[in-house]
Amino acid sequence: MSIAHDDRGRAMPGAGFMARALGDSIRKLDPRTLIRNPVIFTVEIVSALVTVVFLRDLADGGDAGFSGQIAAWLWFTVLFANFAEAVAEGRGKAQAASLRRTRAETVARRLGDDGSVEQVPGTTLRAGDLVLVEAGDIIPSDGEVIEGIASVDESAITGESAPVIRESGGDRSAVTGGTRVISDRITVRITAAAGNTFLDRMIALVEGARRQKTPNEVALSILLAGLTLIFVIATATIEPFARHAGGSVPIVLLAALFITLIPTTIGGLLSAIGIAGMDRLIRFNVLATSGRAVEAAGDVDTLLLDKTGTITLGNRVATEFIAMPGIDLFDLASAAQLASLRDETPEGRSIVVLAKEKYGIRAHEMSELNARFVPFTAQTRMSGVDHGDVAIRKGAIDAIEALVDGTAIPRDWSVAVERIARTGGTPLGVVRNRRLLGVIHLKDVVKGGIRERFAELRAMGIRTVMITGDNALTAAAIAAEAGVDDFLAQATPENKLDLIRREQAQGRLVAMCGDGTNDAPALAQADVGVAMNTGTQAAREAGNMVDLDSDPTKLIEIVGIGKQMLMTRGSLTTFSIANDVAKYFAIIPAIFAATYPQLGALNVMGLATPASAVLSAIVFNALIIVALIPLALRGVRYRAVGAAGLLRRNLAIYGFGGVLLPFAGIKAIDLVVAALGLA
Amino acid sequence: MTANGWLQIAVFCALVLVLVRPLGGYMARLFSGERVFLSPVLGPVERVLFRAAGISAKQEQGWIAYALSMLAFNLAGLLITYVVLRCQDMLPFNRQGLPGLPPDLAFNTAVSFTTNTNWQAYGGETTMSYFSQMVGLTVHNFTSAATGIVLAIAFIRAFSRATAKTLGSFWVDLTRCTLHLLLPMAIVLALVLVWQGVPQNLDPYVSATTVEGTRQTIAQGPVASQVAIKMLGTNGGGFFNANAAHPYENPTPLSNLLQMVAIFAIGAGLTNTFGRMVKDERQGWAILSAMGVMFLAGVAIAYGAEASGNPLITALGVDGGNMEGKEVRFGIANSALFATATTGASCGAVNAMHSSFTPLGGLVPLINMQLGEIIVGGVGAGLYGMLLFVVLAVFIAGQMVGRTPEYLGKKIESREVRLAFLALLVLPLAMLGFTAVAAILPEARASLANAGPHGFSEILYAYTSAGANNGSAFAGLNANTPFFNLTLGLTMLIGRFLMIVPMLGVAGALVAKKRLPPSAGSLPTHTPLFVGLLVGVILVVGGLEFMPALALGPVVEHFALAAGQTF
Amino acid sequence: MLSILRPALVLVAALTAITGGLYPALVTGLAGAVFPDQAHGSLAMDAQGRIIGSRLIGQGFAGDGYFHARPSAAGAEGWDAAAASGSNLGPTSKVLLDRVRQGVAAARADADGPVPVDLVTASGSGLDPDISPAAAYFQADRVARARGLGPAEVHGLIAGHIRPRQFGFLGEARVNVLELNLALDKMAP
Repeated sequence: MSIAHDDRGRAMPGAGFMARALGDSIRKLDPRTLIRNPVIFTVEIVSALVTVVFLRDLADGGDAGFSGQIAAWLWFTVLFANFAEAVAEGRGKAQAASLRRTRAETVARRLGDDGSVEQVPGTTLRAGDLVLVEAGDIIPSDGEVIEGIASVDESAITGESAPVIRESGGDRSAVTGGTRVISDRITVRITAAAGNTFLDRMIALVEGARRQKTPNEVALSILLAGLTLIFVIATATIEPFARHAGGSVPIVLLAALFITLIPTTIGGLLSAIGIAGMDRLIRFNVLATSGRAVEAAGDVDTLLLDKTGTITLGNRVATEFIAMPGIDLFDLASAAQLASLRDETPEGRSIVVLAKEKYGIRAHEMSELNARFVPFTAQTRMSGVDHGDVAIRKGAIDAIEALVDGTAIPRDWSVAVERIARTGGTPLGVVRNRRLLGVIHLKDVVKGGIRERFAELRAMGIRTVMITGDNALTAAAIAAEAGVDDFLAQATPENKLDLIRREQAQGRLVAMCGDGTNDAPALAQADVGVAMNTGTQAAREAGNMVDLDSDPTKLIEIVGIGKQMLMTRGSLTTFSIANDVAKYFAIIPAIFAATYPQLGALNVMGLATPASAVLSAIVFNALIIVALIPLALRGVRYRAVGAAGLLRRNLAIYGFGGVLLPFAGIKAIDLVVAALGLA
Repeated sequence: MTANGWLQIAVFCALVLVLVRPLGGYMARLFSGERVFLSPVLGPVERVLFRAAGISAKQEQGWIAYALSMLAFNLAGLLITYVVLRCQDMLPFNRQGLPGLPPDLAFNTAVSFTTNTNWQAYGGETTMSYFSQMVGLTVHNFTSAATGIVLAIAFIRAFSRATAKTLGSFWVDLTRCTLHLLLPMAIVLALVLVWQGVPQNLDPYVSATTVEGTRQTIAQGPVASQVAIKMLGTNGGGFFNANAAHPYENPTPLSNLLQMVAIFAIGAGLTNTFGRMVKDERQGWAILSAMGVMFLAGVAIAYGAEASGNPLITALGVDGGNMEGKEVRFGIANSALFATATTGASCGAVNAMHSSFTPLGGLVPLINMQLGEIIVGGVGAGLYGMLLFVVLAVFIAGQMVGRTPEYLGKKIESREVRLAFLALLVLPLAMLGFTAVAAILPEARASLANAGPHGFSEILYAYTSAGANNGSAFAGLNANTPFFNLTLGLTMLIGRFLMIVPMLGVAGALVAKKRLPPSAGSLPTHTPLFVGLLVGVILVVGGLEFMPALALGPVVEHFALAAGQTF
Repeated sequence: MLSILRPALVLVAALTAITGGLYPALVTGLAGAVFPDQAHGSLAMDAQGRIIGSRLIGQGFAGDGYFHARPSAAGAEGWDAAAASGSNLGPTSKVLLDRVRQGVAAARADADGPVPVDLVTASGSGLDPDISPAAAYFQADRVARARGLGPAEVHGLIAGHIRPRQFGFLGEARVNVLELNLALDKMAP
């Protein structure tokens, strides 16, 4: 099973899913849970109040038809808001359920201090325990391999079916509870007690059970509660005002006015937006430990990106052959290709490809030539072929030079080697029978389209800093080619940490990703630290996000998802508040129709009757929540156009649109209401 | 409307704009502790005062100490004025032998002047001795204005400083503001006003025998000195009952122009002080632009409504716009302009009776006050009120650009939102709440001079004016009753101090924050787009809650008037 | 607490002395020295030196031989210069419309045609010293009849007393009723 789904983001839910969400929305009517959402809780109270009025009307022959309809639509408003939340949660719940199935009861083989092995239930393990895991076993809890090497099937977590290697020492030592060892045996030191494992946290996360409001969400809730209070004052004072004019306003109308004015739209969708934001990350195979981290991602000012794998393709590629004087270029290419035929490293293969594509040299068959391949070793630092009395070698420059020790090294050789190094490349020497043929230029290849991505980030106001172990010269060359804003050469864990602190001291928020144990301090220091799932347990603990695909490029998308969540919230808030203008024009003339018929002049929409005007406004108010659920779940589209452009665009759509749309919407509903004779 | 009317409006705007940078720069230097042109003279005075008060010019205060100092100072001033008013019959310069004020009126008046409202439940020339006018009232015209200004400066420092604990020293700011800013300006303006005809004497009231032989008692007094500061400090309390409509307070069109400019000068200048102190003058101009847009809209509506006149009167064969309650020397353009300015700012001086304006003409002052008087606003109060709206606008819109909202590099988070909203919630609560109570109390209704919707507008206007600390009135209401004196007094206190304390809380939270460097990702707050957004937020968040009340007052009266209905 | 009370009390006392004592005293002294006439109320005297009013303060005229000022709401009888006030009547007030109706009826005795609005509306102060030139011309025939003057003479007198807008654009053109009537008395006693 996998939590990696299609990420088109709108996997249409089935009927069962909808039924469950509907059930949930009714369960959520419980005031004890609803009180977490003050705006909708207020709507519920008012709904109850109007229901009482409706019952009284029924009893004493009042206009129960009207108060009944208003009461019904008020309840719908609450239900629609609950439904939005239920739908958002539903997707997570389905994922959690299947995750939970993998958290089967395991039996662990615990190692005693004396080396004895004891069978215990996985749930009794504590941090620090040592357990033995063999092929076919499920790893009982999160831990660190302290002995051995094994291939592990982590598809339960990552959805990736190819097994991965886990070994003691180094950066691939973390194992996750719930994954299965398929070969060999390892000794694991448990790092997380039962109930607190990565899998447990993941379930809690996708379920939204421990969802806490993010800082901006808290602030927004305060704003919405404040607006609600203001409109309590505005509506509560209407009756005395009307009485001064010798009239009176029925409570049902005041209730309707109040509910349409308070920000029910954003109030109803607020938590759905938050859940959907987390959900988008999860479907993107990134787990965030908190919503706070997702929000922080939207605020990031500086991105620290590892050169290898993020900015450049992980492997260097041969791009050029440079022949020495008196050597035919074709000859060099042919020799280099021959030396690389059995070299299965990406660099080796790229040499074969270059020779073929640029010089049209057909790949020889080793068997035809009756050649013997000489593999690369750490001692020789070169590889090649021997066939007959011809020995071709390619390898590190100093190793090749050592091989031809005694013969004169041509000046062109040094010039070529230096030029390649200066541009950020790696030179590889080729020699045949102690004769220097030439140099292969292995180049760090900057990923296609990455330059444009960085330009986009710059437009968003985000600085990119490339982190590399290369020397400053090489780093500068690659940085210039990739178009990053800055780079940190000869990076060490210490100067990486310093860089983050420096940026933060200037008020910037920093995001980075890392996998090694020595990345942990920097991951912890960064505002957004994305740990690679292939990394060490220490790194995964230090970061506030884990990328299950271990793809460092994702940092850029994570920022986009964070921004999208904030934008969706801001846009719908603006929309919700802007809606009030039209609602006033619908309801004010209606509620004072008896006292001051002159105010009918404010009925700019030409609504049929006062009752239909009020009903239409309340229906619009309820339906708009449902209409906006897809947008809340999908999120407002993010474009890399900078803040000014985003503001202009979103203000036009959600601000002006928010003012205008309800005029049309309420009028349309009024036509229907009047046609059906509902009011 | 006439071309000449708009020319006068344009000249007024131009004069205000010309003063913005010089005054803004002067205040920025003054409150940054730099030497200014009067330092050689006033520096020693300052030092003596500080030594006597036991304070050091260098010792700064956090927001709580700043707030407590402000409250203590204002409370002391309030008590002194209360005592002076109660005992004016035992104090000097009581040329007309006026009695001491009753407790409710003394309370209302002391509160009114302390809170920079200058609501007057009394007629100046029939109630106040010269001593009361000078020591009880003129003093507050200085100190309440200075209080407002230094609070704005404290709020500015919340943005101009980063990771700091203090907002400045209330005592030092207050003293410098009074001595270096208000006093010199007031002296110059007072003398110019005397030149134009405003009296300044301690003579008894003059008894004249008119041309037709009747007796006319003409009130006198130290008028110019009080009028000058009442305008500069946006206090607005008239020396006479008729305020700036009185020919002695405002004798010529020139004196009228200067008084209007005086109302806006410091408030507009403070936007530039803000810009300079946060090291980006464009921010100040953006705020002033938002104010300007709303101001011009208000002027256009008020001027248009007044110029087109009262259709019921025109129908009787009368030619001209609405001149009831207006003075011939000012005409309609200047009256509409003055009304918009005095309520945009928290001044409350009037050169025409707002109660007799057409419904739409009277709607403009009401809305101006209900929005919290942020159209230039009361000196200082307008700027901090506006900045609270900016905080809200940034918060609402800031998320739309996909970041935690920030203004001038300061993140706007839940604490700021909570306190800003608390400050803004105070106004509708006091204005609408008390209006609702008064609307149904029979004893309150007995005070109304007008029936129908206009009567309701009188009550709404009174509590709106008190809550916004304006002080102007739909003066048909007889507000000198214990009920109104008490509730309006409370409304003024709430509208002033319950807004200031959370506002300082916002300042205290902001000043401690780091300043984020601006980037292409941060919300630009100096663009026309942002100005438009700010205006929208002010109208929707600050204004919509008043729609029902306005509908039952001026709006319905407008439609009634159009239909020829009278009450 | 003392750290706040002491500066509060000292500064309240000091600023009261400065702004409530020194400041008005200084302005009074300077004003009296430089602009003595204005400082003492721009009073108008008759030939015998008796005070007949202030050039800035309107007073009532009822006789047919005088130009009438605007309706006044100051004091119970109007024109009370110790109790300035407007009518404060709202635009839909029956009281206001009745008063205007009476004013229009009275004005009809003077002339035909539209009545200038300032003649039938109360000023804000109740002490408006001015009327519009149109309002003066509207009354010219009545005054001429009562004084036995030719209309042209009265028109000429009015024209000579019109104060144009200040600097050509500020305020409105106006006629000071007291000064106009005094000139009238001088011209045809």
